[in-house]
Amino acid sequence: MSKRIDVKDLNVYYGNFLAVEDVSINIEAKSVTAFIGPSGCGKSTFLRTLNRMHEVLPGARVEGEVLLDGDNLYGPGVDPVTVRSQIGMVFQRPNPFPTMSIRDNVLAGVKLNNQKISKGEADALVERSLQGANLWNEVKDRLEKPGSGLSGGQQQRLCIARAIAVEPQVILMDEPCSALDPISTLAVEDLINELKDQYTVVIVTHNMQQAARVSDRTAFFNIAGTGKPGKLIEFADTTTIFNNPGQKATEDYVSGRFG
Amino acid sequence: MTVTSLKSSQGAGRAGDKIFSGATLAAGCLILAVLFGVALFLVVQAIPALTAPAAEIQGGEGFFAYIWPIVVGTLIAAAIALVIATPIAIGVALFISHFAPRQLASGLGYVIDLLAAIPSVVYGAWGAAFLAKEISPAYNWLADNMGWLPIFQGPASATGKTILTAGIVLSVMVLPIITSLSREIFLQTPKLHEEAALALGATRWEMIKMAVLPFARPGIISAIMLGLGRALGETMAVALVLSSGALTASLIQSGNQTIAAEIALNFPEASGLKVSTLIAAGLVLFVITLGVNMIARWIITRHKEFSGAN
Repeated sequence: MSKRIDVKDLNVYYGNFLAVEDVSINIEAKSVTAFIGPSGCGKSTFLRTLNRMHEVLPGARVEGEVLLDGDNLYGPGVDPVTVRSQIGMVFQRPNPFPTMSIRDNVLAGVKLNNQKISKGEADALVERSLQGANLWNEVKDRLEKPGSGLSGGQQQRLCIARAIAVEPQVILMDEPCSALDPISTLAVEDLINELKDQYTVVIVTHNMQQAARVSDRTAFFNIAGTGKPGKLIEFADTTTIFNNPGQKATEDYVSGRFG
Repeated sequence: MTVTSLKSSQGAGRAGDKIFSGATLAAGCLILAVLFGVALFLVVQAIPALTAPAAEIQGGEGFFAYIWPIVVGTLIAAAIALVIATPIAIGVALFISHFAPRQLASGLGYVIDLLAAIPSVVYGAWGAAFLAKEISPAYNWLADNMGWLPIFQGPASATGKTILTAGIVLSVMVLPIITSLSREIFLQTPKLHEEAALALGATRWEMIKMAVLPFARPGIISAIMLGLGRALGETMAVALVLSSGALTASLIQSGNQTIAAEIALNFPEASGLKVSTLIAAGLVLFVITLGVNMIARWIITRHKEFSGAN
């Protein structure tokens, strides 16, 4: 239930502005891959092209290929809706639907496309997904309460439960802990470690310690200056990136000399 | 030194705060005072009609017998207006906020807002001189084919000046109100929630059902209530379009009357008890509007926990 992603020569444009230039990267199935780099280097933009969420912005487009186990996400006739149901996403700020209960939030994705699900199956799925997000014990007595009543960290784990309920192949996380306190961050990081047993996880983070803690492989993105496109500088095992990077820019960044 | 400096903080900011809070308090009190004043005036002026012997009221059977047909007529006209206008308005608002290309959206929004700026007498003239005539063949068809329904019972009015025509004209008048407000609410839907839905694999329409409409629900209800307020109170358009008469179930025969039009048509020549009767009718309209708004508030607060405001 997880697939690999291979990106070939990807350019991302906003209108005529080239935001990310010529990225090629191979993301292994059942692993955690971290994207690090300074603000504005295009790592979030690039992450969003992996499930075509960048298309929400008018004028955003890509050139190149993103292959999910060999199937090009940008091939002719590919529906972004299908892509997104296979490649889930967790956002920077927790965003459970405020008008839904905790239970309905978990089931939100499953009920799409007019899918019918029996109450028994739904109950089992809610429990399984919330267990999978390490949230079950905290919310099992208040599943009918609104999701917005939870703490920030709980809300983020609810969003993760919502993402894994649709059983995606890949989970993308866009700075999932940047709005959370250290305790909640730890809970989410523990969860990421467990998720990689079943899913391919790609995480964007500003926090280098976090990348070092959770990821197997790390990609360092950088930008030459404002108005210039972001580029993939180095992609290697996390230990290599942090202990023995191949590029001077990577070493400067991970050792805190800039960025 | 530090103690005195902590205590002596009466700069211009403090005075500004006081003036501002005083001004807002005064504005708030003024609204209540005006509302109370109107209510008091209506009650005092209406008392003679409410206490007069039944035979002296118009129609000769007391105030209640006089008022209830036009209350029903008012509600029918407003209901027709909302039933027609609400789906169209929400559809147009969604189109503007989520589907139309940006340039078309702003142009369309502007045109819709212009609809609200047309005086009601113009709508009335349009309804009476154009719409009524053009729509009467449709009424004949309805009478012939769906006449078994009490609301479409024939014979249809030859002039087309019926409560249904009045309701249609009212729907055009409330359309821009509901559209503008709904559009504003739809545009305020947090991007975060829209993206959450899309990232789960929702289509555009599913995203709207999942994130936009639930978020906008209280706003839509408020918008409908404002539209209803206009539909209930609209005078000139109804007075011109509707050829009024006794209460009838059929929407395509002439007949029925609304409170506001009844007051407007009769007030100039009224005197004595007749004036009181009309003001009492106004009081009834006031109470209906108040009641409708309270129901709307109740509907909105019932779901407060899930409104996203917490």
